[in-house]
Amino acid sequence: MHELSIMQGVLDIVRDSAVQNGISRINKLKLVIGSLTMIMPDSLRFAFEVLSQDEMFREADLQIEEVPAFIRCHACNSETAQEDAYCFVCSGCGSNQVEVVKGREMYLDYYEGDCV
Amino acid sequence: MVQVNMETHLLGANELLARRNRQLFKDHKVLVINLMSSPGSGKTTILERTIEALGGQLRLGVIEGDLYTDQDAQRIEKKGVKVIQINTEGACHLDAAMVGKAYGQLPTDKMDLMVIENVGNLVCPAEFDLGEDFTAVVISTTEGNDKLRKYPLIFRQAKAVLLNKMDLLPYTDFNLERFKNDLDQINPSATVFMVSGRTGEGIENWTRWVFEEVKRKNPF
Ligand SMILES: Nc1nc2c(ncn2[C@@H]2O[C@H](COP(=O)(O)OP(=O)(O)OP(=O)(O)O)[C@@H](O)[C@H]2O)c(=O)[nH]1
Ligand SMILES: [Mg+2]
Ligand SMILES: [Zn+2]
Repeated sequence: MHELSIMQGVLDIVRDSAVQNGISRINKLKLVIGSLTMIMPDSLRFAFEVLSQDEMFREADLQIEEVPAFIRCHACNSETAQEDAYCFVCSGCGSNQVEVVKGREMYLDYYEGDCV
Repeated sequence: MVQVNMETHLLGANELLARRNRQLFKDHKVLVINLMSSPGSGKTTILERTIEALGGQLRLGVIEGDLYTDQDAQRIEKKGVKVIQINTEGACHLDAAMVGKAYGQLPTDKMDLMVIENVGNLVCPAEFDLGEDFTAVVISTTEGNDKLRKYPLIFRQAKAVLLNKMDLLPYTDFNLERFKNDLDQINPSATVFMVSGRTGEGIENWTRWVFEEVKRKNPF
């Protein structure tokens, strides 16, 4: 979903921040994307390749941490990973009274750069 | 080499504006429903029925999201309700900025209930908070059972799910049992309404529930 414009937004934010910090070349960008979002990491990677052609980003690596879904069960209190991303049922006790604790992340964690 | 921590939400600008909208809706004591579905499931038809049922008891407002036309807005206007049209011009969802702007053109402190009809799409609207109190998702019997499992996020987040076109159920292979089982795994706390926008069947259950939600937010 909208990976191209989302990636453009990320690069704009990083560029602004880099300029403020006197950084002129970015080496690495780290994003965190949960499996329960509508954002596709592969599309982000593609968008990054297309958009990172200028001086500041040419050398940059994009790292995406993909967070699998985790649910906490209110019936038996266990916390389990969800293999089938959209079956919100506790694999321990079968209860559907569960809460999503991981998987909805979508954020820019950090970037690394040099002042050349 | 320097590392700069950001922890910036990828839809951060929208999140910020959604929070601002939510605060405004609270200040103005208006319950806001974000109504979503695939194209043609029956959002506008259900909205027309809802206006017929609640127009006499509540002060209503509508925001209509559409790619290009104002046909849905015209249908709502015919029912005598104040409506603002947003043309997204290609964008497949509404965002909090568009809604904030449209909301300013409505009589903001004179509404009890505002319904936002989102663009017909089950993907992107799920990620864009508009500041609403809750989302309601329409699915129709002619779309087939698989929509819940294919687009679970939007159903997971919904407070109400309306199964529309119940009048056509006998002519489809839609399986009610399976629908209930799927929803039970995806979102067991959703309130379900089986309705027909065509015959009016089941609409009263929905409108009575909406009325209670309006009163719960702002007892009058
Ligand atoms: N048989 C039957 N037809 C319905 C029902 N509800 C809506 N329709 C028809 O389905 C078509 C689409 O309905 P709309 O209310 O315009 O659907 P919508 O979700 O607002 O569509 P978009 O805004 O384009 O996404 C229209 O021709 C309606 O008359 C129903 O309960 N039964
Ligand atoms: Mg419509
Ligand atoms: Zn359990």
